[in-house]
Amino acid sequence: MRTISAEELTAAVARLCVRANTVLPEDVTDAMELACFWETWPLAEETLKLLQQNQLDAWKQNLPICQDTGMACVFVELGQEVHIQGDFEEAIHQGVRQGYTEGYLRKSIVADPLRRVNTEDNTPASITVRIVPGDRLAVTVAPKGFGSENMSRLAMLKPADGVEGVKQFVVETVRLAGPNPCPPVVLGVGIGGSFDKVAALAKHALLRPLNEPNPDPFYENLEDELLKEVNALGIGPQGFGGKITCLNVAIETAPTHVAGLPVAVNVSCHATRRAAEIL
Amino acid sequence: MQYKLTTPATREDLAPLKAGDAVLLSGVVYTARDAAHKRMMELLDRGEELPFPVEGSALYYVGPTPERPGDVIGSAGPTTSGRMDAYSPRLLDLGQSIMIGKGARNQAVKDAVVRNGAVYLAALGGAGALMAKSVRKLEIICWEDLGCEAVRRLEVEDMPLTVILDTRGGDLYQSGPAAYLASLEEK
Repeated sequence: MRTISAEELTAAVARLCVRANTVLPEDVTDAMELACFWETWPLAEETLKLLQQNQLDAWKQNLPICQDTGMACVFVELGQEVHIQGDFEEAIHQGVRQGYTEGYLRKSIVADPLRRVNTEDNTPASITVRIVPGDRLAVTVAPKGFGSENMSRLAMLKPADGVEGVKQFVVETVRLAGPNPCPPVVLGVGIGGSFDKVAALAKHALLRPLNEPNPDPFYENLEDELLKEVNALGIGPQGFGGKITCLNVAIETAPTHVAGLPVAVNVSCHATRRAAEIL
Repeated sequence: MQYKLTTPATREDLAPLKAGDAVLLSGVVYTARDAAHKRMMELLDRGEELPFPVEGSALYYVGPTPERPGDVIGSAGPTTSGRMDAYSPRLLDLGQSIMIGKGARNQAVKDAVVRNGAVYLAALGGAGALMAKSVRKLEIICWEDLGCEAVRRLEVEDMPLTVILDTRGGDLYQSGPAAYLASLEEK
């Protein structure tokens, strides 16, 4: 048994909120570099270069990459040998409160979906916990902006729709989104599970580094095919037209019911943000 | 083409702009998102004045991050403009001439753009640090209770923008992808 104090967890979450919003993960900046290399349409090339310039400006000026510093989605892999001293969830909310206030990040959360009063400190965090073997705690903060979140979709397809049905739904989602989610986008695709599970799979898929394909060759191939089909839409960076509409497609799957084929697409933008620490 | 524009902008200033052109915008720009637009409509319904001179004005759909001490503004990229579709035609008919945001607009907005000789310009979505560099001065002019959605008066210099909807009905979100796809067929 190993003890981690609530204060340690709070401090880590606060640091990660600021870091995730200011510096993009290397796999994302690498993907943007590759996109610049492959893009051939002049306005699209210029646009991609400006988006890269923005990453540099954010780093130099210590400013958030995007003004929508998002809903704080916090993912914890909690070792079963770990004992948290203090209130686990409150420790995370406190970290978000601290990170967003002291880091000059935007407070974008309303306490109630219909009565819409801002909580003024970006809490509560959206917390996902998985209990794993071991005595460590891995925490990832992935701030999610709603320009892209709003373009996400979910469908309960029929088993007969098969892989073609899934492909059609994913491509249609990107077509409908058009310029709104700040392309080039990153797609997290969930397939299988249940109504709630499939959305969680899609969100979780966005945590995977962009240079890591699905370990199953069947799904790695489907990721490649989807990326090609989405990029054939010609929407391009910012929707101005061009080759690079999407940087990466990540698929996660789960067993499902004989009667169903749930599919969910969580859309993210060129600033797909995440930062992690292991305690 | 690249144009330099200064607000307030007249119909004559905006007439040459075509979808896809680059614009460097200078002058006064007001910020407003959905909540501020809703309040502006309530003012108009009551027959009251808007909080800024509407003729030739530019509205930027943005909710910046809080500025650090000593900084003019925080990160300040555009929000999705479609949420303002319900309100924009009324403001354009009253004389607003420039909308700045990102993402698709509905037919009513497109019609109002053509009817009034106005334009819709895109700022770079998700590029809040880069967009912030062109802001020289910031002042909250009303509805401070709306936080990041309060109406701000910005003074900007050479703010880099792209023409999406022009005065003749051009729409870069249609013509840009179509031109790119057509270029593939020519090969």
